[in-house]
Amino acid sequence: MLSALYASLFYAATAVLVGGVAWRVIEYARAPAPLRIPTTPAPMTRAGAAGRVAREVVLFESLYRSNKWIWLFGWMFHVALALVLVRHLRYFIEPVWGWVAFAQPFGIYAGFALVAGLAGLWARRFLVERIRYISTWSDHLMLALLAGIALTGLGMKYVAHTDIIGLKEFMLGLMRFDWQPLPADPLLLVHLSLVLVLMVVFPVSKLLHAPGVFFSPSRNQPDDSRERRHLAAWARD
Amino acid sequence: MAGAAVKAPPLKEYPVIPILAPGAMGASKPYAASDKMNEALGFPGKLPEDWHARAIAKMGELLGKYRGLRVFLDACVHCGACTDKCHYFLGTGDPKNMPVARQDLLRKVYRRYFTLAGKWFPKLVGAEDLTEEVLEDWFKYFNQCSECRRCSVYCPYGIDTAEITMAAREIMNAVGMGQKYTNEIIGKVHKIGNNLGLPPRALADTLETLEEEIKEETGVDVKLPLDQRGAEVLLITPSADFFAEPHVFSLIGYAKVFHAAGISWTLSSHASEAANFGVFIGSYEQMKKVSMRVREAALELGAKRLVVGECGHAWRVAYSFWNTLIGPFDFLDPRYPAPQHICELTHDLVERGAIRLEREKNDHRVVTFHDSCNVARGAGMGGVPGGQFTIPRDLIRASCNNFYDMAPETIYESTYCCGGGGGLLSDEIMDLRVKGALPRMEALKQVVDAHGVNFMAMICAICKAQFTKVVPYYDFDMSMVGGVHQLVGDAIRLGELH
Repeated sequence: MLSALYASLFYAATAVLVGGVAWRVIEYARAPAPLRIPTTPAPMTRAGAAGRVAREVVLFESLYRSNKWIWLFGWMFHVALALVLVRHLRYFIEPVWGWVAFAQPFGIYAGFALVAGLAGLWARRFLVERIRYISTWSDHLMLALLAGIALTGLGMKYVAHTDIIGLKEFMLGLMRFDWQPLPADPLLLVHLSLVLVLMVVFPVSKLLHAPGVFFSPSRNQPDDSRERRHLAAWARD
Repeated sequence: MAGAAVKAPPLKEYPVIPILAPGAMGASKPYAASDKMNEALGFPGKLPEDWHARAIAKMGELLGKYRGLRVFLDACVHCGACTDKCHYFLGTGDPKNMPVARQDLLRKVYRRYFTLAGKWFPKLVGAEDLTEEVLEDWFKYFNQCSECRRCSVYCPYGIDTAEITMAAREIMNAVGMGQKYTNEIIGKVHKIGNNLGLPPRALADTLETLEEEIKEETGVDVKLPLDQRGAEVLLITPSADFFAEPHVFSLIGYAKVFHAAGISWTLSSHASEAANFGVFIGSYEQMKKVSMRVREAALELGAKRLVVGECGHAWRVAYSFWNTLIGPFDFLDPRYPAPQHICELTHDLVERGAIRLEREKNDHRVVTFHDSCNVARGAGMGGVPGGQFTIPRDLIRASCNNFYDMAPETIYESTYCCGGGGGLLSDEIMDLRVKGALPRMEALKQVVDAHGVNFMAMICAICKAQFTKVVPYYDFDMSMVGGVHQLVGDAIRLGELH
């Protein structure tokens, strides 16, 4: 019963996540960008602009220039999240790929960095007057959601071990449409439920900054307007 | 709103991020455009009965037309990186002048009508109905943004508040909530050809008078030709250059450069305006219509090169948008960039030794340079990254011996707006303009104290007009404001009679 419930929820959440993000990305891609609006310092070539977007995605270059504290906590959180996600790949693949096995120890420490980053970002929402002013309920709830996922995850690693073998069977079963029982461990169920919520809210929330950053015209356009004429379909006479 | 009540905030030794003062600028708004001014641009005269439907429809239309708007409205995570970057926030402390808060004025309505989260859980995600109160707030705070794009430099996603402000102003215009200063001026350009409403006859007289003045001062016959067919260069310059001070000194400077280099040039009475306020109200159609006069004039006069005078937003429109709006420029000489900035042209002549500058002529001046926002963050020069920063500075260094830059966090792409850009150069909002100039004034004060700077050069007509008006509030002399070509014009060797 429990296994069937979670299995169907995971299918539904995956559909919402993939379908929802695809819907947004298609909308971004289809909307024209009629005027060249790169913000200085803008590279003159497409390759340069791609490099600029890559630096934004990997290093948070603009944020670094902007505010060192937000950069520190934000970057720490995102890098840690990436490592943790890589580590979690092992529950979805068999045999475990070599580089995933290699990342395993880093992924474990990253769990703590993740929580520290979140704590720093959250503290700013209370301590800095300007950021307190702009924070909405959803900003706080998003942090709570991520913190909940991270803390229940760490809890299963360090406090009350879950049946990780059983979980992996369940996940592999999901992917092979050969359903296996889900260990009925409360901590695990909370962890998975929060992940389900995160998957569902992703395409309708500010988490869209993840695909959005690739489509930002002020960052991804090269500064070539005198050399190349850009004309949107709707702007033709 | 009374001019007499305007008081500048004190200049601090080091810039300090202000404590929030909610509602501090809640009374600041520009004059509304009259029915006639709005209708002349094809907008409804005043708020129509079905304003709500029209506003939402306009927003939907813009979301489909501009990828930037769609991405920018979705991507913000409220990280707060932009909150201390806006000169209007730093000068007023009003939290709605923090870029993210300004964007949220539009974003909350976008969320309510265009996103699932906002339709189902408006309170949770800060979505709000569009009401007349919200519109009123828009009219105030989207007219407290100079579209300078400083916040965009610092945003991790490059969210450009200027794009949001333009969209909001487009929506407001679509429901008859135009702003007097911008809409009246765009109307004048359509009717007469320039922002000042200066008819061709008066323009010709003005140029003649200038020729006489130059002759008197230098003994040289420097010409300022108007509507001269077959001239190589068509110069498009802001109409303020024709008789506002210090703008006119730069115009004299351009004329001397053309004269000394022996380049035939002309101004046009049909396109007697570089400024293009269409960009301020975000209207592609208006921007295109205003620009089209330039193409028409160039073809009519048979010009081979298009050169643009000292004007910030005009250079952004020319550099970044003209090719799209009024191109292709296949009728121009392909050996030169189209369009070319007057600084690029002069810089090239100096490099080639085609004109001579005598620095000593400017020895009474200690100069600094104010990067104008639209040039700094929305355009380029010289075909190399950062050319818009190095080329004007090279010209200044070639024209005078004493040059000092202001603090690094206030120049180049981090430059602060003068406080009067983006269609806000209107006297009824002088309080906002004075406060918005605060960060620039603090940086200026530092170089005045440290190096005895007595001249702030710039290449923007709006900056010149704004600073001339505003620096006295901060106890500086308005004569310290001037153009780069004013320096060039004073240093240039005209040959012949000397």
